[in-house]
Amino acid sequence: MLRADIGVQLGDLDLAAAIDAGDGEVVALLGPNGAGKTTVLRVVAGLQPLDRGRVELGGRVLDDPATGTFVPPAGRPVGVVFQDHLLFPHMSALDNVAFGLRARGVGKVDARSRAARWLDRVGLADRADARPGALSGGQSQRVAVARALATEPQVLLLDEPLAAVDARTRVHMRAELRRHLTTFAGVRLLVTHDPVDALVLADRLVVIEAGRVTQHGTTSEVARRPRSRYVAQLVGLNLLHGTAVGEHDVRLSSGGHLVVADPLPAGEVAVAVRPQAVTVHRRRPEGSARNAWEARVVDLEADHDRVRVQLAGPVAAAPATGPGDPAVLVAEVTPGAVAELGLAPGAAVWATVKAVDLAVYER
Amino acid sequence: MTVRRRRARTRPPAALVPLAVIALTFLVLPFVALLQRAPWSSMGDLLGEPLVTDALRLSVVSALAATGLSLLGGVPLAWVLARTEFPGRAFVRAVVLLPMVLPPVVGGAALLFAFGRRGLVGAPAYDGTGLLLPYSLAGVIAANTFVALPFLVVTVEAGLRTADRRYEDAAATLGASRWTTFRRVTLPMVAPSVVAGAVLCWARALGEFGATVTFAGNLQGRTQTMPLAVFLALESDRDAAIALSLLLIAVSLAVLVPLRDRWLAA
Repeated sequence: MLRADIGVQLGDLDLAAAIDAGDGEVVALLGPNGAGKTTVLRVVAGLQPLDRGRVELGGRVLDDPATGTFVPPAGRPVGVVFQDHLLFPHMSALDNVAFGLRARGVGKVDARSRAARWLDRVGLADRADARPGALSGGQSQRVAVARALATEPQVLLLDEPLAAVDARTRVHMRAELRRHLTTFAGVRLLVTHDPVDALVLADRLVVIEAGRVTQHGTTSEVARRPRSRYVAQLVGLNLLHGTAVGEHDVRLSSGGHLVVADPLPAGEVAVAVRPQAVTVHRRRPEGSARNAWEARVVDLEADHDRVRVQLAGPVAAAPATGPGDPAVLVAEVTPGAVAELGLAPGAAVWATVKAVDLAVYER
Repeated sequence: MTVRRRRARTRPPAALVPLAVIALTFLVLPFVALLQRAPWSSMGDLLGEPLVTDALRLSVVSALAATGLSLLGGVPLAWVLARTEFPGRAFVRAVVLLPMVLPPVVGGAALLFAFGRRGLVGAPAYDGTGLLLPYSLAGVIAANTFVALPFLVVTVEAGLRTADRRYEDAAATLGASRWTTFRRVTLPMVAPSVVAGAVLCWARALGEFGATVTFAGNLQGRTQTMPLAVFLALESDRDAAIALSLLLIAVSLAVLVPLRDRWLAA
């Protein structure tokens, strides 16, 4: 069990985040670049001392500036798979894996035979003598995992393990990493800025933005109910802000209002809308669609076999935080629909969404 | 064929060629003149003279010893300059570089005031133990080290500054102590810089003249290294001076040529 209450001031970064992770759990730290994710890993590894707070692992205090406790990195039962892997370039794969054992006092022969077993376990027994420069990206990752696990740590930290890999090998390496992660029983903390990595590899997500935890929960919870614009964009949802009026009515901060099927929580609410649930029409739709509004097409953007249509109107995403980030609602339609409806920037359209397709939750 | 292809790819701008040729000629011409004046017929006898063999032995021994001492103290000094923050570091670095800039004679004089018979440290050391640095092989080595050490420190410090420190972080998380990290990760990774620094240091020590003659004198068989012997022989025995010079060139080339570009460029 890892409990980290982290307070670090580092240049422009003001990091204040609490992160807990249980044994056997994979927790992903997700966030934009510069949010402080890697600093969290460095704190847990002991490479970055705390200014405030406390890091505790299995009841043992590793860092607590209030009492002056600080266990240096070499004394922590922590294994790290670094970004770019950082295999020692002047050592063979085998010596890289044996390094931690040797450093912890294991005899040379014993360390090398244990390292050889680890290489075998990650399927690289035949590459034991290879220098890191001669390994492929995937092989290098496997050596890095073996090196981190060889000292049998209680915590495994992974810093953007897939960042250095191109998109095609990434899929394969992600699956492989998932397999290796499941063989480890301790706490696993994974830093990534790729939501797919996080969703595939982790049980739980902690979203860090600008040094603060903005959301945490199981992966499905976070994916269904994003709390920030950043997360909503990552998981591909429209996130609207509003206030509950009565049992099924939401008055949106963008001016419009929506009727939802589920009973509403009181007060400030967030509404998540899948782009696929938004229907675009040329004329006012007939029938009983209660959520229908007039909108204007701002932009169209092809995304594989779908087209993402940005709609400006009274139903739009939560206010933009940055300038040049217009408040729009994204609808996803087929290229056929674009042609049929004559969608182009500036076109006036009607949009509808069913009440049952709206996920509403407290903000 | 590969030569021709390479030439095509790396052909220099026309304006550079004559200047490069002039520079190269300027460097090579003196050696040609030396070779042309060489007394080839009596070379064997000249090289066998005690004046020459003593100087060769002293030069090789003292330059190697100075390089060894520089490695011993210079690598740690480079590490401190590259990796630690302390007040006055800029001043300390300037002092370390001073022997590179100063006329070696000044260095030799300073060494005398420090380690001479009546020097700051030399006097109590002599009164206590009877040890005397000047006019001894140890004095030659001290003078060589004094002028050559900065070359090693500067080169290794640059190597340490450009080395990726994240590898040291990785070693620490694997349980390595700071000493283990230095020995097994940092040092091997800056090995090219250490080799380059050691070669520069050795080359500087081999050619050392001013500090040596000031601090250790010019005693054949005791402190007379090759440069000193050449200078003396130019007055008395020109053929011996040329033979000594050619020997010095041969020794230097034997060390410099096998070094690959990457060691020297580091």
